[in-house]
Amino acid sequence: MQHALFALFKSMLGSLRDLLPIILVIGFFQAVVLQQPIPGFIDIIIGTLFIILGLTFFIYGLEMGLFPIGESMANAFARKGSVVWLLIFAFCLGFGTTVAEPALIAVADEASEVAALGGMIINTPEAMESYSNGLRFTVAFSVGLAIVIGVLRILKGWSIQYMIMGGYIMVVIMTALAPKEIIGIAYDSGGVTTSTITVPLVTALGVGLASSIKGRNPMTDGFGLIAFASLTPMIFVMAYGMII
Amino acid sequence: MDLLMRILQMIIDTSIDVLPIASIIFGFQFLVIRRPIPNLKRVIIGFVYVLIGLSLFLLGLEQALFPLGRLMADQLTNPAFIYGDAGLVPEVINWKDYYWVYLFAFAIGFSTTIAEPSLIAVAIKAHEVSGGTVGVWGLRRAVAIGVAVGITLGTYRIVTGLPIHYFIISGYIIVVIQTFFAPKMIVPLAYDSGGVTTSTVTVPLVAALGLGLAETVPGRNVLIDGFGLIAFASLFPIMSVMAYAQISEYMGNRSH
Repeated sequence: MQHALFALFKSMLGSLRDLLPIILVIGFFQAVVLQQPIPGFIDIIIGTLFIILGLTFFIYGLEMGLFPIGESMANAFARKGSVVWLLIFAFCLGFGTTVAEPALIAVADEASEVAALGGMIINTPEAMESYSNGLRFTVAFSVGLAIVIGVLRILKGWSIQYMIMGGYIMVVIMTALAPKEIIGIAYDSGGVTTSTITVPLVTALGVGLASSIKGRNPMTDGFGLIAFASLTPMIFVMAYGMII
Repeated sequence: MDLLMRILQMIIDTSIDVLPIASIIFGFQFLVIRRPIPNLKRVIIGFVYVLIGLSLFLLGLEQALFPLGRLMADQLTNPAFIYGDAGLVPEVINWKDYYWVYLFAFAIGFSTTIAEPSLIAVAIKAHEVSGGTVGVWGLRRAVAIGVAVGITLGTYRIVTGLPIHYFIISGYIIVVIQTFFAPKMIVPLAYDSGGVTTSTVTVPLVAALGLGLAETVPGRNVLIDGFGLIAFASLFPIMSVMAYAQISEYMGNRSH
């Protein structure tokens, strides 16, 4: 019991250390640059405590739940030997985790405003909502596809650099063709799709697959799924902007 | 009492966010794999921990850091702060006037990345898989420097109004060149680190900074120029992580 408490205390100290830079930056700018008092001091202390507790729980849960399940599923799929089911799973994981992502919903809503103001769609709530939903499904589909491509790469042992470079070339081509208003949003959509729970799961899946397939190296083959998931949305969002 | 309600509300919200992921995982586990999960009880407790952890984390951010961070982004981009109390914005702005904004962008980019939970997860995994060659802190610092540089350049772009794709395409060219020289084992991890950095902590604060700038700098359009900071924040870590591996390798070779 004492040992467990000590371990908990130690990991909370670790979380405090993770948080310290933000506290210092905000404190410095507030006190020295803007020369403003810090409002709601007690709120900040309570909030900081929550963040530290939350981060500690999250990391515990990561190693107990998210990592093991990702890896055990990767192992099970590899042993089962059914590529089709594995790819269906990969697609569902990418699509399902992205379509409900709050950050993506926010970006899609803002994008529909840009489109309405830019005259790409008519400026009514209905048109904007359908544009925003279309965008969300486009991004979610592209993330699903990305995980499928990434898993195929691990299975076949293709080297990642040429695939990523191919993706870059497509982004550049699409940039030249897509309407100017959509470019900023398209570029951003690559970054917002990968959430805090998806990342550990997808990473564990990739590393687990690469470790259970003979001839694959978990370091060079296991990573890279997230990279695809942040590249395909850019291409697809620009395509969406061209079609609508 | 009020706080308790908010904690509960946050846990419910997070559960709804996690529901699709959980149903996909358990659905496939029971319908397709049809094999018992090893240590099922432990895994479920782990999931509950992740849920509670993420809820507390988000609530704490909403309570303590986001309001202050957003307020700061507003104040720092306010003409009254940059051009003195009168807030008279000159016809032609000088990008150098925004030095505090760049410094804030750099500092907030670095510090929020250090606290980003998904980056911590990837760093733990990479450390484990590489047998200790990739250090947890080394990777996190390298990524954080990349994000800091990226966001600083991104704010500079908003101030000057240069087109975003010039920066991104140049970034791609640098990434491609670096790929040929960087140690092979780091390349996939470096590509991944671009996507993992921008999540719970970084996005809200950085978005506030971008929108604040695009609103106040004359000649910028919020809807067009306000976007794009996240793109910078996901491109530059790729370079900094490869650079980190190249420097580590170089130092390693020299000491032999």
